[in-house]
Amino acid sequence: MHPLLRMIGERLGLGLLTLFVVSLIIFLGVELLPSDIAQEILGQAATPETVAALRTRLGLDEPPHVRYLDWLLGMAQGDFGRSLASGREISELIGTRLYNTLFLAGLAAVISVPLALGLGILAALWRNSLFDRGVNTAALAAVSLPEFFIAYILILWLAVTAGVFPSISNINPDTAFWDRVYRTMLPALTLTLVVVAHMMRMTRAAILNLMASPYIEMARLKGIKNSRIVTRHALPNALSPIITVVVLNLAFLIVGVVVVEVVFVYPGLGQLLVDSVAKRDLPVVQACSLIFATTYILLNLLADVLATSSNPRLRHPR
Amino acid sequence: MTAVLRLFGEAPWSARLGIVLITLYVVVAVFAPLLAPYGERAIVGYEYEPWSEAHLLGTDNLGRDMLSRLIYGARNTVGIAFATTVLAFLLGGAMGLVAATLGGWTDQALSRLVDVLMAIPQLIFALLILTIVGTSVVSLILVIAVLDSTRVYRLSRAVAMNIVVMDFVEAAKLRGEGLWWIIRYEILPNAMPPLVAEFGLRFCYVFLFISALSFLGLGIQPPTADWGSMVRENATLISFGDITPLLPAACIAVLTIAVNFVVDWFLMKTSGLKE
Repeated sequence: MHPLLRMIGERLGLGLLTLFVVSLIIFLGVELLPSDIAQEILGQAATPETVAALRTRLGLDEPPHVRYLDWLLGMAQGDFGRSLASGREISELIGTRLYNTLFLAGLAAVISVPLALGLGILAALWRNSLFDRGVNTAALAAVSLPEFFIAYILILWLAVTAGVFPSISNINPDTAFWDRVYRTMLPALTLTLVVVAHMMRMTRAAILNLMASPYIEMARLKGIKNSRIVTRHALPNALSPIITVVVLNLAFLIVGVVVVEVVFVYPGLGQLLVDSVAKRDLPVVQACSLIFATTYILLNLLADVLATSSNPRLRHPR
Repeated sequence: MTAVLRLFGEAPWSARLGIVLITLYVVVAVFAPLLAPYGERAIVGYEYEPWSEAHLLGTDNLGRDMLSRLIYGARNTVGIAFATTVLAFLLGGAMGLVAATLGGWTDQALSRLVDVLMAIPQLIFALLILTIVGTSVVSLILVIAVLDSTRVYRLSRAVAMNIVVMDFVEAAKLRGEGLWWIIRYEILPNAMPPLVAEFGLRFCYVFLFISALSFLGLGIQPPTADWGSMVRENATLISFGDITPLLPAACIAVLTIAVNFVVDWFLMKTSGLKE
């Protein structure tokens, strides 16, 4: 079998195993809850009979392993159960919100990835110049700022003072595409600022790392222009670490949306998660956590596979 | 004392600035009751009063003095983040060193456990556990310390792994020294510099993390003055172009940048790198 395929197979197996353990943790965590869920819903005044009736209706009488399998199979088929707070189907709550969150993360990725790569390549090209130092200092500062600080500064600057973008992302399923992009711009810009620094620094470091290699020296001696050396000779060999850091930051984007969504009252999954935690709506929290964790694990897996498969020695075995 | 001053004189301007700022934060946190003009929870005026003589930074959404709450916030927010980081280091550091020294199945068991814990995004995991155990300061510190100790574990194990294979550790083992002695006197002194630097960076991370949770209303609970929740409580003012609600966030940002400056310098110094 091709070693690359085997490697991907192994990683996939490991990823599935991790997912299984994570789902077990999410399920068992709730099992450890000191009070009974049925009691929790009905409150202290409930009679034992009504509590017992609700327990039967929610299927809490079954042994834990049966309920775990039910829950897992339901999740796999898109049936997440019902919310404790509103009694609505969770899949109904999640559907459009998941799309909104992916839209926001996607928009942020479309802006931040080319920006980070460009800045990183330029910083490597003009190493130790004023531009390089400026970009690096700005990156260090951006990493140290809390997300909500960046978000409010953007609101203050672009929404309140300049009035370019709306400060609240008021979108619904009927919003047209470009209008949606316009209303999502401020949260997307915030996320961009959060992730660009890391990607840019890694791009710069990965390229500079190679600049001392003999083949770069050779290219220099041939008299090739510096910009061509960086883009044609160094960049292709620096791709593996760059791809890894880009995908890892995409994983971070999906999770990082939580705080940003709350600031901009963006109707996404993160907002739903935070609201449900405050209301202690356990089934919704479980479903959201599982979705976030799955996305995160899958993207990490993807980073792993892409990084290894960009190694030519693995792609073309002897 | 002179040695400390000389060290300070040698540091680059960024590290000096960082040290001065951190000292300032510590002084404010320790002497908060003396410095604050009003009490932490005292309602002393109307809601959202503008900056004035009586209230230098105005009042917040309940009419409490903003400056006083900022000063008390230094104590609460920084204190809780510091306690959490210390706990995470005691837990993760100890486990990492033990895993590296013992090796074998102890190492395997601990490392696989950490792998699984790290596979779940930290914020999501923290939210899940806080839903289950409820939000109080103690559960907040414990949950974040445990989640963060996984990162400390990875580093301390990796660092200790390189030291365990050295001859002087082998010699100590042959002398018949116990596990505690080997970790305390052979491994720990050699693992200190990267761990100290990591402590600074971890502190920043935990500090931002707790602030984010408080901002979401799930961390440090009111009426305790805390920078993260203060931003949220007064966020309405921002839409009127008032920057007061951003001050607590700026306090958070300045401290993280200061710690980063000092850590950068420390790393450069201990690794023997020059500009």
